[in-house]
Amino acid sequence: MARQRKVGRDLRRFPGFAGVTWACLVFLYGPIIVVAIYSFNEIRSITVWGGFSVNWYVKAFNNDLIQRATFNSLFIAVSASSVATIFATAAALAMRSGRFRGKEAAFGVISLPLIVPEIITAVASLVFFVLVGIPLGLGSILLAHTVFCIPFAYLPISARLDGIEPYFEEAARDLYADGRRAFFHVLLPMMFPGIISGLMLAFIISLDDFIITNFVAGPGATTLPLAIFGLVRTGLTPEINAISTLLLCVSIFFVTLSFVIGRMQAKANR
Amino acid sequence: MLAESQTLRHRRREQIRSRGLLLSPALLTILGFLIAPLFIVLVYSFLTPGTFGGVIWDWTFDAYVQFLFERDIFDESLVFSTAYLEIYSRSFVQAIVTTVGSLLIGFPTAYFIATRPDRQKTMWVLLVTVPYWVNLLIRTIAMLFLIRDEGPLNHALISAGLIDGPVRIAYTNIGVGLGLIYSYLPFMVLPIYATIERFDFRLLEAAYDLYADRWTILFKIILPICLPGVVAGSLLVFIPSLGAFIQPNLLGGGKNLMIGNLIALQFQSARNWPFGAAAAMILMTVVLLALIFYTRHQMRHRVPGH
Repeated sequence: MARQRKVGRDLRRFPGFAGVTWACLVFLYGPIIVVAIYSFNEIRSITVWGGFSVNWYVKAFNNDLIQRATFNSLFIAVSASSVATIFATAAALAMRSGRFRGKEAAFGVISLPLIVPEIITAVASLVFFVLVGIPLGLGSILLAHTVFCIPFAYLPISARLDGIEPYFEEAARDLYADGRRAFFHVLLPMMFPGIISGLMLAFIISLDDFIITNFVAGPGATTLPLAIFGLVRTGLTPEINAISTLLLCVSIFFVTLSFVIGRMQAKANR
Repeated sequence: MLAESQTLRHRRREQIRSRGLLLSPALLTILGFLIAPLFIVLVYSFLTPGTFGGVIWDWTFDAYVQFLFERDIFDESLVFSTAYLEIYSRSFVQAIVTTVGSLLIGFPTAYFIATRPDRQKTMWVLLVTVPYWVNLLIRTIAMLFLIRDEGPLNHALISAGLIDGPVRIAYTNIGVGLGLIYSYLPFMVLPIYATIERFDFRLLEAAYDLYADRWTILFKIILPICLPGVVAGSLLVFIPSLGAFIQPNLLGGGKNLMIGNLIALQFQSARNWPFGAAAAMILMTVVLLALIFYTRHQMRHRVPGH
């Protein structure tokens, strides 16, 4: 009896799986942690440790090119993710109202930017902008980013909407709220966690994009990933480590926040 | 009665109109700035390259012919050439190796996470998810930084006395493969995790009672039932790996070109837009075939009643 219970508990476990999981985590985090550590290296060497220093961060902050690129990146990420989130919120509201003809097709169109390989989107956007005569620069980057931000904003918002039962609005209607008030005072506040989550994901996706930006940027406009790529071409320096580490922290912060909000709403729904 | 049905019809029409109004900004943006551009690429793949980039509006299949044949510069005859086929087959091999590698690491990881107590699961899932959202370019640079000849990995191995000189990993196919697995591993773990989470572990007890051993249980019961997750994860890794651009560019050096680089080259330095467009269309076709296979597979494996 005792033996059987022990075996029964162990049945789910496979030898070595825990080891693989830990190895997987080391593999996923090792490289970025090493890069972060070396960004604090006093000396220029990227192999030998010469003491702790934040010089490379100071240097990165004072770099004109990096400053300009950061400003561009923030401008594009904020604008593209805001517009995409507004569009995605509207679309998610429309997709909520029961079954209708073309619903699946609409969902297919919205998720298309996730399916098309990035390099194809990149060259297609380039060809399109050149053909139509839209000058390559911040404007073209903004347009391209808005497109691929839409599905990233849409998914968390629609997931949130799925969790809101229609009886909240019905209750508001029963209490003589008109359509507007039921929406602005009941539905929208309930959607808010999803909207914030979508906005943040779209923001980091835009901030991080390299491939598409690389093709539609033209000679004048530079974003942070483009600037980093340019620096890497001329050789790895601790300055690159410093900028990379900062960008890593921004991404990790927003993802974790978005995740925590998602968990909170999942708990609230239960 | 009549008035009632009229208001009903009126309200329905109202609903359809507002639905269209709400959907149109997102749909029109994607239609105008992604679907239309894709069509232009399709059209361009049948045109003649301009001398300084761009296209000349002469219809031809040359761009597709160029994949298999080289035009002899003297007598204009076509000679079979494998140069581009090699790039395509290399990309396929690289993408398959990446998928298999990710599966070997990803399945045990997903299984381990799914069998943790509920409170720990969230933490583990977050740990696996975060790297996906971290800048792909920076992660690739981090990998390059680590595996370079004079990088920390080689340095550590030499200091430990395991190797005499640096092992060359960066700028090889192995380096590109490592970079690809590193980039897309989270895509493998998450869908598999989702299927194992729903797995009914009482089946294991039943199997054990019927004298199945641990590995029989894994391969004959868990794996087949979790197959939809494995297929989903594999495609999520395979598709972006096949069209990879950053990883072969930074980790591969010049001799390890993949489809993504071939396409990019045609629009950047080589300036042969129709050929680049044709290469992009071939890649797109492969991706669509993979997706059709996926939808069919998931339909077949859908549990009745779900």
